[in-house]
Amino acid sequence: MAAENKDDCESYLHIYSQMRRIRAFEDNANQLYLSGKMQGLTHMSSGQEAAEVGICEALESTDYITSTHRGHGHCVAKGAHFREMFCELLGKVEGYCRGKGGSMHIADQDNGNLGANAIVGGSAGIATGAALTSKLLGKKDVAVCFFGDGALGQGLLYEVMNMASLWSLPAIYVCENNLYGEYTHVSEMAAGDLCARATAFGIEAHELDGQDVLAVKSLADDLVARARAGEGPFFVLLNTYRYHGHHVGDINRTYYRSKEEESDWKDNRDPIALFGTWLRKQKIATEKELEAIDEQVQADAKAAVEYALEASYPDLSEVDMHVYAANA
Amino acid sequence: MREITLSQAVNEAIAEEMRRDPTTFVLGEDVAEAGTPFKVLSGLVEEFGTDRIIDTPISEPGFTGIAVGAAMTGTRPIIDLMFGDFLFLVMDQLCNQAAKQSYMSGGKLKVPLTLRTNLGATRRSAAQHSQSLHALVCHIPGLKVAMPSSAYEAKGLMKTAIRDDNPVVIIEDKLMYQEKAAVPEEEYLIPFGEAAVLRKGRDITLIATSSMVQVALKAAETLAADGIEAEVIDPRTLVPLDEDTLITSVRKTSRAMVIDEGHQNYGITGEIASRIADKAFYYLDAPVQRVGAMDVPVPFSPVLEDLTVPTVDAVVERVRAVVEGRLHDVA
Repeated sequence: MAAENKDDCESYLHIYSQMRRIRAFEDNANQLYLSGKMQGLTHMSSGQEAAEVGICEALESTDYITSTHRGHGHCVAKGAHFREMFCELLGKVEGYCRGKGGSMHIADQDNGNLGANAIVGGSAGIATGAALTSKLLGKKDVAVCFFGDGALGQGLLYEVMNMASLWSLPAIYVCENNLYGEYTHVSEMAAGDLCARATAFGIEAHELDGQDVLAVKSLADDLVARARAGEGPFFVLLNTYRYHGHHVGDINRTYYRSKEEESDWKDNRDPIALFGTWLRKQKIATEKELEAIDEQVQADAKAAVEYALEASYPDLSEVDMHVYAANA
Repeated sequence: MREITLSQAVNEAIAEEMRRDPTTFVLGEDVAEAGTPFKVLSGLVEEFGTDRIIDTPISEPGFTGIAVGAAMTGTRPIIDLMFGDFLFLVMDQLCNQAAKQSYMSGGKLKVPLTLRTNLGATRRSAAQHSQSLHALVCHIPGLKVAMPSSAYEAKGLMKTAIRDDNPVVIIEDKLMYQEKAAVPEEEYLIPFGEAAVLRKGRDITLIATSSMVQVALKAAETLAADGIEAEVIDPRTLVPLDEDTLITSVRKTSRAMVIDEGHQNYGITGEIASRIADKAFYYLDAPVQRVGAMDVPVPFSPVLEDLTVPTVDAVVERVRAVVEGRLHDVA
């Protein structure tokens, strides 16, 4: 693929910047946790940026996504701001969910992110329902359901894929196979051909290198357009890798995967490095220009973290607010 | 006033709301041409078509999850869960997903979803098609729970449920589908959180839900012949619960009995009895009585099944013991 015009170049640099932003977000979140400034659980998606950005760059803000417990990357990729995200991770009132959702339930309704979900596979129904809304109301919105290889073990996924296929819903099921469900390799948990689980329902399935952001984006552009035209649903299997442990506290990982394996992915298959190299080779950006993007992203993240650390917690009176939506 | 069956009342409520709001639709197993096994939804598909009366595969968690997502994105799904026993199948989607979206998102997301299902034993349907599981959903913040006790309530509560911006579980007594009651032709809604005082009395307050309302009313009639005047109250919605009406009544009568078809252990009867004890203790002349279903799986054998649910005779006997101050003689 080559840059053909100025718009393309801007689009490529945006993709690069978005991947950088995810990496920076995760690095900062990790530091917040390790330095004891953030409580609870959080799950890093560093290494999976090409999957997240490649898909979301093909979507409009009115299109829907559902995300997972490893959901910061999807949230950033769908257009969220650092400040509200860090506030949410720290339980502050200016967070996307007023601090009530936290890392595992971060949602950004304005950008069509229906939320991270702490039940593995738990959002498959929600994404499919969003696709049903689109069809019932005659809209053109597409719904992308992000999930990991771990969710392949959940029956819900197969129930809703079956219905999505029966009803030709504009849903795209995106499995980010990062090789591990918690601390267990996918080969020990998922039998057979993973894509065949979708094709069995008559759903067109694609498997590709999830570290190649342009390949992901190109496929997503095609599938999103076809889903809008009523040709959905689709299934996409993206082969990728998470650099961190299952969650921030999963530090000693050698009992389930080797350091060599981790290094190999980081050194040779890093999606940001690969794309940066491509941008330079295509003369879309110089090393210096990419560094400038990195610096800007780092500065943005740092400012957002500082803001969030100083931001207010919710007033204690909020504890029993929002249990029920007020009727109009 | 005309009389219609509870089944017709539900059907009318759904049809009216579907005419009123084009984003309302029905999702469930055999809801379209079959009109459900109980025929409650018969005729709707002819008016609204299969785009809005949608037959699903036998995939309760799947279609419940789909309804949650549809509700979050601008529609008002009504899901039909064929038997209340299948609540166990949909608990994650209902309780972890639907119930929590508003709270987890700080009020940004809402789930205007109605889940209609049923309860009730003595239909000889054995342990997996007879349970009364409303206590399970009442326990979960974020869900509302309505329990109609007649055709009149069934219609008014269903319309309110469909218009509510929260997930509402509405549980019908499957043995009452053919029972008639006076139902106005003109539109009406029954607000949530407003109990109905169905019979006035001075000696004891009988708080009964759903299928047990008729039991309480019949018991009150029998007791009246003995000079015992029971006040009968139907909370109509368990969440929200109209505590004020219950407490006011018990403070007047000084005695209370809660009658509910759910299992007695850790159930509705215990919850309501506890609230009465909290707020009317100094007015009480006797311990608050709980009459729930036996804590056994529902047996098939008719002679056994009939033993498991509260009956008019059992209520009458217990009320007499309470009023006559010989409670511990029969305990």
